[in-house]
Amino acid sequence: MRATEKKAGKTSARPAKTEKVSRKPAKGGPAVENWDLKLYVAGQTPKSLTAFANLKKICEEHLRGKYRIEVVDLLKNPQLARGDQILAIPTLVRKLPVPIRKIIGDLSNTERVLVGLDLRPGG
Amino acid sequence: MPAKIKPEAKKVGMVSLPKVPTGIQGLDEITQGGLPMGRPTLVCGSAGCGKTLLAMEFLVRGAVQFNEPGVFIAFEENTEELTKNVASLGFDLEDLTKKKKIVVDHVYIERSEIEETGEYDLEGLFIRLDHAIKSVGAKRVVIDTIEALFAGLPDHSILRAELRRLFRWLKEQGVTAVITGEKGEGTLTRHGLEEYVADCVIMLDHRVTEQISTRRLRVVKYRGSLHGTNEYPFLIDETGFSVLPITSVGLDHKATGERVPTGIPRLDAMLDGKGYYRGSSILVSGTSGTGKTSLAMHLVNEACRRGERCLYLASEESSNQIMRNAKSIGIDLAPWVKKGLLHFNVARPTYSGLEMHLVTVNKLIKEFRPTIAVIDPITGLTNIGTEVEVKAMLMRLIDMLKNSYITTLCTSLTHGGHNLEQTEIAVTSLMDTWLLVRDIEYNGERTRGLYVLKSRGMAHSNQIREFLITNKGIDLTDVYIGQGMVLTGSARKVQEMKEEAEAAVRKEELERVKRELERKRLIMEARINEVRSEYESAEEELLASLKEQQMKEKARVTDSGVIAAMRKADKLKAEKGLKSKKNRGEKR
Repeated sequence: MRATEKKAGKTSARPAKTEKVSRKPAKGGPAVENWDLKLYVAGQTPKSLTAFANLKKICEEHLRGKYRIEVVDLLKNPQLARGDQILAIPTLVRKLPVPIRKIIGDLSNTERVLVGLDLRPGG
Repeated sequence: MPAKIKPEAKKVGMVSLPKVPTGIQGLDEITQGGLPMGRPTLVCGSAGCGKTLLAMEFLVRGAVQFNEPGVFIAFEENTEELTKNVASLGFDLEDLTKKKKIVVDHVYIERSEIEETGEYDLEGLFIRLDHAIKSVGAKRVVIDTIEALFAGLPDHSILRAELRRLFRWLKEQGVTAVITGEKGEGTLTRHGLEEYVADCVIMLDHRVTEQISTRRLRVVKYRGSLHGTNEYPFLIDETGFSVLPITSVGLDHKATGERVPTGIPRLDAMLDGKGYYRGSSILVSGTSGTGKTSLAMHLVNEACRRGERCLYLASEESSNQIMRNAKSIGIDLAPWVKKGLLHFNVARPTYSGLEMHLVTVNKLIKEFRPTIAVIDPITGLTNIGTEVEVKAMLMRLIDMLKNSYITTLCTSLTHGGHNLEQTEIAVTSLMDTWLLVRDIEYNGERTRGLYVLKSRGMAHSNQIREFLITNKGIDLTDVYIGQGMVLTGSARKVQEMKEEAEAAVRKEELERVKRELERKRLIMEARINEVRSEYESAEEELLASLKEQQMKEKARVTDSGVIAAMRKADKLKAEKGLKSKKNRGEKR
C-alpha cells in the first residue's frame, strides 16, 4: 500500500509543490508579517490533496499575498518528519509567525483551521 | 521479510517458535529463549516499574551482544534525558548512536499545540519509524509509550485504527518490537493495547510491602510458546535489569562424595570422620551466644588455609567485628581478606528487599566464585518479608548456591522458648546437614552442647558433644552420660570426680577384703604349722622313749645271759630264764 503511494507521490506531487512555492512572492507591502506554512504529506493521497486544496482556499481568503506554502512529501524526505515532529498526515505547520502551530487533518473544518492558525480567536 | 528471521532462529535452539534473546539476565530463561521473533511484545506495568528500562536494555543488549541494531521511539522522554537515564546503568547510548547501532527518535506530541481539522492518519509516524529502521538496518524496535498518543490525539477512533495498522506493519517489517504500556484499572494497559499486541505480554509490578519495595515480572501470555508463569522478582541495578527465575532452577545440582573439613577435628569425626559434603548446605541453629558464628569461622579459616575462596554474608556484625571476634578464639581472618580469599558482604537485611539480597548474592557468586559461603544469620532476613517470601527466597538462594557447587553454612538464631528443633524460618528441610548447638542449663551453669540432628548421606554420630569455646578455637569433648543423666561443664567435672572417688572407695574395699583373706590364710597356715610342729615334737619324743625302752630291754637280756654264763647255769635253764624274762617284760 505504501509502495503505491510512493510512486504516486513521485510522479505528481512535485508539480503541485513547485507551483505553490512560486506563488509565495507577493507584494506584502503593508503586512508586517509573512506567513510561512509547511504542509507535510506522504504522497498524493486523497487526504493530502484535499488538505492542499483547503489550505489554498483559506490562505487566499485570509492571507492573500502574505503567505508562503511549502509542501513536504515525507515519502521523499522521510528525515524531515523528525524536525517538525510530524506524526499525523497531513499536518500543517505554521512556522511563522511564531509560535509554531500544528494543524492536523485534511483541513476540511475551516473554522478549526482558522482557530489553529490564530486567524480567528476562540473556538 | 520472513527471510530475515531465519538466521537468528538458530541461536534459540530447539524451540519451535523463533525467538530473539533479550540478553537480560533471567528473562530469557523464563521465556525459554527470549521474545517472539518478528512480533511485537507488550510490556506493561504501573509508573516507575521499569518498563522503559526493560525495553532499553532489550535494545542495547541486542545491539551490543547480538549485533541487532535497534530503534527506540520515545514518546515520553527526549533523547538527552533518555541517554542520561540509561547511562546510570552503564549503557552508552551516544556511542551506540554514533556507531549506528541504535537510533533514538523522540516523538513529541503536545495536545495544546495541535488542532484537529478533519481526516488524518499516522503515516508520519510510520515514515519516521521506517526511516529509522532503514538507517541502521534495525532488527529491534521499541515504542515507549505509545499511549502518549491517546493523550495527544483527541480522535481515538482514528488512533485505534492506526495502532492496529502499526502493529501489523511492524510484523510485516519483521522487526521484534517491544511496546510499553501503562497499567490501567482492571486492564493490562490503560488504553487496551493488549487488544493489538497479542503475541507476548509481560507485566511488571512494583509493590511496597512493609516499606520495602519489590519488583516483580510475570509473563502473562506468550502465544505459541511455553513460559514460566510465576511472578519473578527482578532488580534494576548498575548493570541493568536482572530477573531471578530461580524457582525454575530445578534440582539438578551435582552431588559428589567430596568432603570439606569443618575445621574442627572432633566435628569431622562426628560427621563420618570427614566433614561436610562439598556443595551441600549446612544449617547451624541455636539460641544466641551458642557459638554458631564460631563454627562458621572455623570452616572459613580452614577453607582459606587450603586456598579456597570464601564468601561471608553477614547481616548483623561488621567485618571488622567479625574478625576481631574471630581473633578472640584464636582465628585470624585478616590475612585471608588481604589475600583475597575471603570476602565479606555486610549489609543490614532491611537495607534492601529480599530480591536485592538474592541478586547481590548472585552477582557476588558470579564475580567472586567462592567455594564456601556463609550466611550469618539467615534469620535476619525474616525482618524484611513474610515467612512465605523469606522461605521462597532462601530456597532460591540455597538452590543457587548448590547449583554453583558452593558449600553453604547458614546460621539460624532460635529464640528461647521456641522449640529448638524448629528454626524461625522453616528451612531445615532444605538443608543437608543440620547442627544444633544448644544451651544446657544445669546446676546454675550454662554450657553448650552440639549435636548433629541430621546429615544426609553419611553415618553421622548421634551423640551429643560438649562444645567448648576456648581461646584456641572450638573444642568438642565428650559429655558425661550415665545414670540416666547428661551432664556438661562443671557438673560433668563434679560428677566425674564423684565417680572417681566412688571408684577409689570401691577399690579400697576390695583391697581390704583381699588383704583380710590373705591374713586369714596366713593365720590358718600358721596354725597348721603350729599343730604340725607340736605333733612333730610329740612324735619325736615318743619315738625317742620307745627306742630307749628297746635298748634297755636288749641290754637286760644280754646282761642276764652274761650273768648266767657267769653262774654256769644250764643252757636250757638259761634259755628258759631268758624267755620268761622276756614274757615278763612284755607283760609289764
